[in-house]
Amino acid sequence: MKAVYLRELGSYFSSMIAYITVGLLLAVLGLVLWVFPDFSLLLTPFAGVDSLFTIAPLIFIFLIPAFTMRSFAEEKQAATLEILLTRPVTALQIVLGKYLATLTWLAIALLPTLLYVYTIYQLGSPPGNIDLGQIAASYLGLFLLGAVFCAIGVFASSQTSNQIVAFVLAVFFCFVLYYGFFFISKIASFSGSLDALIESLGIDYHYHSISRGLIETRDLVYFIALIGICLTWTWSAIAKRS
Amino acid sequence: MSIQVNHLTKLFGNQKAVDDVSFRVGKGEILGFLGPNGAGKTTTMRMITGYLSSDEGEILVNDTPVTEENTKIRAMIGYLPENNPLYADMYVREYLRYVARVYHVDNPLKRINEVIGMTGLSKESHKQIRTLSKGYRQRVGLAQSIIHDPEVIILDEATSGLDPNQLIEIRQLIRDLGRDKTILLSTHIMQEVQALCDRVVIINKGKIVADDNIRMLSQHLAKSYRVEVLFSRPVVDTTFQEMKGYISHVPSGTNKYIISGNDENLNEAIFDFAVSKNLKILEMSTRQESFEYIFQQLTSSAS
Repeated sequence: MKAVYLRELGSYFSSMIAYITVGLLLAVLGLVLWVFPDFSLLLTPFAGVDSLFTIAPLIFIFLIPAFTMRSFAEEKQAATLEILLTRPVTALQIVLGKYLATLTWLAIALLPTLLYVYTIYQLGSPPGNIDLGQIAASYLGLFLLGAVFCAIGVFASSQTSNQIVAFVLAVFFCFVLYYGFFFISKIASFSGSLDALIESLGIDYHYHSISRGLIETRDLVYFIALIGICLTWTWSAIAKRS
Repeated sequence: MSIQVNHLTKLFGNQKAVDDVSFRVGKGEILGFLGPNGAGKTTTMRMITGYLSSDEGEILVNDTPVTEENTKIRAMIGYLPENNPLYADMYVREYLRYVARVYHVDNPLKRINEVIGMTGLSKESHKQIRTLSKGYRQRVGLAQSIIHDPEVIILDEATSGLDPNQLIEIRQLIRDLGRDKTILLSTHIMQEVQALCDRVVIINKGKIVADDNIRMLSQHLAKSYRVEVLFSRPVVDTTFQEMKGYISHVPSGTNKYIISGNDENLNEAIFDFAVSKNLKILEMSTRQESFEYIFQQLTSSAS
């Protein structure tokens, strides 16, 4: 597993993939949070980085599928998966190795945004007048959300040898899970009956629950279960071969 | 150290890609696995390497059954798949380092240098795989298949895309490896089998049509003798039948015929025939029963 993980991570950073995706994330976040007046952290009356946690999931819906689309699709296309499966590693080790590599990338992508928090921390009046506990919880929520998107992306990639198909599938699944259930729950005929249940199926609901600074077991279980389901499906697709 | 395949069958839908195939490769043996495209060579090899599972029959590598779950047995096998899949964006050494890590090779750097030397990659070892020529990529493929010093090596069309000089080098390497390892080598190039293999298994439409020593195989099949003759004038077809041991003839040019007969001294019979008919022989040559010819006969007769 370690070999697969290291190769995967190496391939991100020895090519432009990691730099471009992380760079793009930071550029878009930087523009929205510091330049665009509607969301600018500098113009809000409170010292907080809430906009970051509203904007980041939107970027993730497109950025993470773009990043993960190659993970299995490329290996299927090049037939390197065949040779990998004849080596002394199990399908599960391959899936976990690849997935952990995407999580590492996610952590590295999020790391520089701590600079925004530090900036706002310093700008508070007096400096440091900022709810660090809530921000830490929000980061946990954002990381879990990204981890779910990564699992969805890896799963979509395992279903096809075409990277574009993997990308489109992953964006679709991420979108449905993040916004879909929220909007479906707003349909009038569900009002007062199923709306709460449907809303709680979506990522949005649990993400906001954690972002408020309240880390509940059921939210954690929700995220971990989603990741587990996606990775199990991925594993069975890879173990089944073609 | 051996590969033992017993009554192996693989179905794709209703089609039998591999049909009741059995053979054995022993230590120090290079077995040629020969067949036309689509005969089931690659499918059989994929089953031996554990990539595909079989529908019937069993495969034993070193007397241990090959299953998808058995990773220990896979560590003893070196595999170079058809079309030699590689990570184009990796560097040669980086790739070999990765493969060595997957197999938990002891002292990997030393072993990588050894393998690079063996496969003649030294000059290209610092390059990105993408930039290598086909021949060098093939060497990288071969290097990754032997990096963990496997006892059993499975090479699916290992020498495709090599130029004649590279071919000689790589064949020598395979020959050297074959001395103390078990090698199964698939190809559809006859010269390859003649140059490398002690024994050959010929497969067609999923079935084994021959499993024999190469020399024995040629003798076995050479039931008829063929001679090409150029006469001074045309011969009426029916008169050929007066020739001793005559079986058939095919015109191959103006006044030129390929005559098949079952007489060991077909050339003498033709001479006598020519004398009796007052014909002059301008040219006469015995047709060698080449390996290609045997292969064609075996693979077309089964259809």
